[in-house]
Amino acid sequence: MTIDIQGHSTIARRGPTTMREIESYTMNFGPQHPAAHGVLRLVLELDGEVIYKADPHVGLLHRATEKLAESKPYNQSIGYMDRLDYVSMMCNEHAYVLAIEKLLGIVPPERAQFIRVMFDEVTRLLNHLMWLGAHGLDIGAMTMFLYCFREREDLMDCYEAVSGTRMHATYYRPGGVYRDLPLQMPKYQPSKWKNQKDVDKLNEQRQGSLLDFLWEFTEHFPDRVDEYETLLTDNRIWKQRTVNIGVVSPEEAMALGFTGPMLRGSGVEWDLRRKQPYEVYDQVDFEIPIGSNGDCYDRYLVRIEEMRQSNVIIRQCIHWLRDNPGPVMIDDYKIVPPTREDMKGDMESLIHHFKLNTEGYCVPAGEAYAAIEHPKGELGVYLVSDGANKPFRMKVRAPGFAHISAMDCMVRGHMLADVVAVIGTMDIVFGEIDR
Amino acid sequence: MTSSALQKTADSLVERFGGAVDVSVSEIGELTAELNDANRLNEMATALRDDFGFEMLIDIAGVDYLGFGDVEWKTESATDSGFSRAVDKHKEPLADDSPRRFAVVYHLLSISHNRRIRLRVFCPDTALPMVATVTGIWPSANWFEREAFDLFGILFDGHPDLRRLLTDYGFIGHPFRKDFPLIGNVEVRYDPEKGRVVYEPVSIQPRTLVPRVIRHDNRYSGALNDRAPGSDDDA
Repeated sequence: MTIDIQGHSTIARRGPTTMREIESYTMNFGPQHPAAHGVLRLVLELDGEVIYKADPHVGLLHRATEKLAESKPYNQSIGYMDRLDYVSMMCNEHAYVLAIEKLLGIVPPERAQFIRVMFDEVTRLLNHLMWLGAHGLDIGAMTMFLYCFREREDLMDCYEAVSGTRMHATYYRPGGVYRDLPLQMPKYQPSKWKNQKDVDKLNEQRQGSLLDFLWEFTEHFPDRVDEYETLLTDNRIWKQRTVNIGVVSPEEAMALGFTGPMLRGSGVEWDLRRKQPYEVYDQVDFEIPIGSNGDCYDRYLVRIEEMRQSNVIIRQCIHWLRDNPGPVMIDDYKIVPPTREDMKGDMESLIHHFKLNTEGYCVPAGEAYAAIEHPKGELGVYLVSDGANKPFRMKVRAPGFAHISAMDCMVRGHMLADVVAVIGTMDIVFGEIDR
Repeated sequence: MTSSALQKTADSLVERFGGAVDVSVSEIGELTAELNDANRLNEMATALRDDFGFEMLIDIAGVDYLGFGDVEWKTESATDSGFSRAVDKHKEPLADDSPRRFAVVYHLLSISHNRRIRLRVFCPDTALPMVATVTGIWPSANWFEREAFDLFGILFDGHPDLRRLLTDYGFIGHPFRKDFPLIGNVEVRYDPEKGRVVYEPVSIQPRTLVPRVIRHDNRYSGALNDRAPGSDDDA
């Protein structure tokens, strides 16, 4: 294994021997570029069209989330977590509330754990659909974007039904989830833009509960994935753009800190859901797909299979959740505010409500690291508490941060057009990289 | 990751490094090794990778322990003035030179043994916090160290490319230090006369919306029920 972390490759070593007018030049890519997935600025040193050094400049979306969290009670930072990786919102929350729960020494009720697992997998689908659409768009498959967003819309509706918002849910809380799954799916109303006939058609699937709606979705989703695959998997252009591009060996992947599909694409069977199970992942059946070549195409296949597996997990969770009603929050008013109803009639509850919403709860002194299998890799939250109602230090370990730091290793020697394929395969979102 | 397996790792670490390292397994099942001699960091990191199987460096976190355990509001004894109507001027802790201020925390993962360890090392000199780089041992350390340098001003001796990473081009200061104000020092706006963006000192006031308090309550039956140093009832 040789990884040149120095980043020094000379023109003399790489450059052609023939005479050229311009031997090498530096090119700026981004930060405003449609294929930069947000605000990535890449300074590329090129020789003709071959890259021999890539220097990513990140931080254009840096919001100091970690510092802000130090100045707020624990619960007020959950909403910031959604805005880290803004295409897999609930998974970010999950790592954060797990770290708090570890420090507090509490375990949410089983129903809450199943709800979390179900929504983690819904989130994985949301993330992978976004990735597939954007990756396709970047390297020439326009239709994928439209198809993926069709399915994302249904999943966004699930987010909205359960939390009231389509994206930034703030649904997971230390001790469980904010509320139980709704028994009715929200329905469209006729308006200036949608007449009764259109609305009836849209509402056809929305007659039952959220679980019914999601079940209906999972019935069709594998067929939809088949559709995506007919467009891409054996597509000549797709393969030309991805096979043998950005090859990473298993040893390199580990040394570079890769996690998630980036690591599994290189053939390392490592999935926290199976190896270090959290919540109820040890009670659901699923397979872990791995690649063999470690190129962009293998990572594409891994993520496609992960979507199918997520679908399987969601169905198991729906089964369990239908049969097992129960609480979704722990019964401890020192951490969880009492219900509105209790608060209106009971003095003690009113005091708890007031204390929790002004001061928050204190977390015992200590430190904890909680990691989850985020759609992009290992998302970890390291919390240091000194016993106060605010974290002393909160550090988010973002999977994309490690991936993009390997940009130089991955694109060196490739053509300029392959940079776009590599950015796509890394599944980069700047909310989590810059934090 | 059973706790007995962790204890075994802890014991062999102590056996190997003796008094240079304090190893503990917390009640929530996390293994923490604190290296007392920062000069032996490279030796220890190499041993952890080669002999203990921690082939992956998951994360590096800088921590500034300035003001650890300080509170803005006494909870167990009345003061003369009390806290002024919940919104008060926020005071950053004053910088000091205590030798245990800056720490670098490494989170390591062993895929072969399926276990994790946290390695903490304090920077011996607070005025010029510096530890050795581990980029030669785990290449993934490159950007994590750049981030810790940018945000905390911790220097990594031997790092090949120690530049700022997340903050603006030309940024002054290290924003995640506890004595750096949350609102920052400068703000930017577009100046129509000069025809460009200009930097000016901040015009907003720092405020505390929710005071920082430490309460001890037996009902918070946490997994880590240590008493924080410097809290009210130590007095």
